[in-house]
Amino acid sequence: MSPEPADRPGSSAPRSPGVRRAWAAWPGEVASRLAPLALALAFVAGLCALLGASPAAVAAALWDGAFGSADQAARVLATLAPLLLCGSGLLFTFRAGLYHLGVEGQLVLGALCATGAARALWPGLPAGLVVALCVAAGALGGVLWGALTGALHTRGRVSEIFAGLGMNFVAQGVVLYLVFGPWKRPGVASMAGTEPLDSALWLSTLGGTELSPAALLLAALALVGTAVVLGRTHFGLRLRAVGLSPEAARVLGVPAAREMLAAFAISGALAGVAGALQVLGTFHRLLPNVSSHLGFLALLVVMLAGRRAALVAPIALFFSALNVGSLKLPMTLGLESSLSGVLQGVLVLLALLSPWKARVGRGGGRPEEA
Amino acid sequence: MRIEIERVAKRFGPVNANDDVSLTIQAGAVHGLLGENGAGKSTLLRILGGLLRPDAGRLRFDGRPVALDSPADALAAGVGVLHQEPLDFPPLTVLESFLVARPRAARAGGGARALLPGRGRAAGVFLPRRAAREELLALAARFGFSVDPDEQVARLTLGERQQLELLRLLSLGARALLLDEPTTGISGAQQEALFSALRRLKQDGKAIVLVSHKLSDVEALCDRVTVLRQGKVAGEAEMPAGAARLVALMFGKALALPERLPTAGDGVALALEDVGFGDHRLDLRLARLAVRRGEVIGLAGLEGSGQRLLLRACAGLLRVRRGRVAIGGADLTGRPYPAFLRAGAGYLPADRRREGLIAGLSIEEHVALRAPRPGVFLRPREIRRAAERAIEALRIHGRPETPVEALSGGNQQRAQLALLPGDLALLLLEQPTRGLDIASARWVWEQLLARCRAGTALLFASSELDELMRYSDRILVFSGGRVSPPVSVADLTLDRLGRMIGGELDEPAPAPAEPAAPARSDP
Repeated sequence: MSPEPADRPGSSAPRSPGVRRAWAAWPGEVASRLAPLALALAFVAGLCALLGASPAAVAAALWDGAFGSADQAARVLATLAPLLLCGSGLLFTFRAGLYHLGVEGQLVLGALCATGAARALWPGLPAGLVVALCVAAGALGGVLWGALTGALHTRGRVSEIFAGLGMNFVAQGVVLYLVFGPWKRPGVASMAGTEPLDSALWLSTLGGTELSPAALLLAALALVGTAVVLGRTHFGLRLRAVGLSPEAARVLGVPAAREMLAAFAISGALAGVAGALQVLGTFHRLLPNVSSHLGFLALLVVMLAGRRAALVAPIALFFSALNVGSLKLPMTLGLESSLSGVLQGVLVLLALLSPWKARVGRGGGRPEEA
Repeated sequence: MRIEIERVAKRFGPVNANDDVSLTIQAGAVHGLLGENGAGKSTLLRILGGLLRPDAGRLRFDGRPVALDSPADALAAGVGVLHQEPLDFPPLTVLESFLVARPRAARAGGGARALLPGRGRAAGVFLPRRAAREELLALAARFGFSVDPDEQVARLTLGERQQLELLRLLSLGARALLLDEPTTGISGAQQEALFSALRRLKQDGKAIVLVSHKLSDVEALCDRVTVLRQGKVAGEAEMPAGAARLVALMFGKALALPERLPTAGDGVALALEDVGFGDHRLDLRLARLAVRRGEVIGLAGLEGSGQRLLLRACAGLLRVRRGRVAIGGADLTGRPYPAFLRAGAGYLPADRRREGLIAGLSIEEHVALRAPRPGVFLRPREIRRAAERAIEALRIHGRPETPVEALSGGNQQRAQLALLPGDLALLLLEQPTRGLDIASARWVWEQLLARCRAGTALLFASSELDELMRYSDRILVFSGGRVSPPVSVADLTLDRLGRMIGGELDEPAPAPAEPAAPARSDP
């Protein structure tokens, strides 16, 4: 529009908005995270009261359900692994400004490919090698699914949201076909899934619980690696540039489409590994509900974390505890276990709607702080 | 209707788009609003049309103060805006487009002649097609427009869409009409029809505001002219005032052109042969252009006449539809953008905040993005040093960690320049000094000319005639969907350049294509 005030060099003191802003933002930042949490808790407490259960009793039951025994705590940690893996993948796509809902399908396809690899390779190869190849196959399947979704978006100009959702349905359809068709258990085809894998291929768990230390370690490494790549590498910076302004990034010489495809592929690899681990460590078979909607839950985790790697771990743990803890609600208090889902959903909605929100705009991300 | 604008101000961030603007538009007169791009014409028009609310000041219609919260409010108060790109509905038929938004406007009253008076509520539910058809045809006949109510809007030319929109506004009871660059992109015959309709409306006592770049339009129609410059009223004049006076008001005092030492050297930096380029609206052809190393080529014309397309085609961001593009002797036709970058093409878009720089990233992050040979990991210390060097060299007012959106326009332009590689073969710029004060603009040009002396050829688009005349060796003029052959600045005067921009390209004009090119609206 019209000319701006004079900006000749040396005409006024240098500004340093960066430094001051960081300090001034700190209390607001905390409020922006805690206010939605308080509101969501209040909402769910109100809901409990309405259903005739004391909120305190519900909270106690949730805590007891999640951490009441070693078994349950282990289950919380076991659920944490796929959440962290999917969340790490989503950090890449969110950083590139993509609302990638296809993570669920990638997880499913990872599980499918891992099962396929196990069926094909066992018992021809040593168990350890087969397990490793299963994980690799899962990653490859996820990459394939992610790259397809990405190509639909970058080449076909399909919104990544619809591309992802569509691919989810396809993945689910393929699994149903396999479970009820070629891979069905001899005699009975059911939602319970395929014939279990040979126990030699099961991931070792901690003292008879569901927790596989290898899976959790892999997930933690993925999250740390994600934080490093996004925060410390040229690739991470290019992804941020693409996410903030694809057009300007292109003019500055960043191949936006290629970087987006890479983000899709990486998220696919990580979600695919999560799917493989679900098969090898948790279910030991392919079943239609192999994802347990953990992909979508990871989406909520990353949204609530404001796309910061450092916040993904605690929030994922919290959500995982809610999921596991709520399983006991029907027995102890006669409440639906979906109450935890209500709490998670409300929490994310309020965080996104929060007037104090830091910057949750599309692709608007801060530098990685992990 | 008499419109009084009293001390209206509107700011966008640091920019005073309208600054204490006062003027009165009389009923039964055509009031011209002149000014270069960014002078504040469109902002004022949007305020009058209810699209923007002013930060200060007020409006009076026929002496009554009004507050406009929406375009519907403005229309109810009697103000209709004819936008450059008519706000119509391409998939609808002419009749349907004419009927859209009518029930509410009719209910709101505001002097609208209600269709089907006395039929009560049913009229608000069902479309009064027959009555509307009659009204549309009657109105069209009155102004000598030929209108087919059943034609699809998408198949109309821009001029016909404009006529339809004009009729729609009149049928809704508009007593004041604001027209934004109405003659851009319409044929000569349509312009005649429009002008005679406007003269007629003037006699009916309507107030008419004509926003235009074209002095010929203003001279043909207006009774009085207000010139805006940098958001302020630069002056008013009764017509006829003479083109020289209006040009002086628009562009400020014509500064004496300083001697510019020629920088053009030997060797061809950019060669275009019989290229065709365009977008969904424009289809332009340029027979031949050979730019020497160090030469400066200015691209003149109303914004949106295709200058940006040519720059993007030369930058490799837009694929040419035909012909050949070569930079430094290497044929790059059809090659991807990175190949153009490697060949030494650099492009600085006009919209620095959105296209040239990435809001949200700091200066040093931009430096890192542009690093010629990036490794895997960012090297914070090296990047910081490089950013500090760039800041120092281009005297950017900021620190390495300053986010670019916090920089002023001038410093954003400096940052863009700092990010360019040092040894470009070809530098392409859109509006290189838009939004800069005179000293900053001069400084930017010093940097650019230094690059020219080092052998970089320069193509720049500008809407400031003064800048074009002062810095170009040759000028291409874009107008009405065509490009002139390059004209040496020695053969040009400010006046002739202005007339060429207004459509008098020198080559024998082919029959104006229909629809011709509408210009993009003011930012």
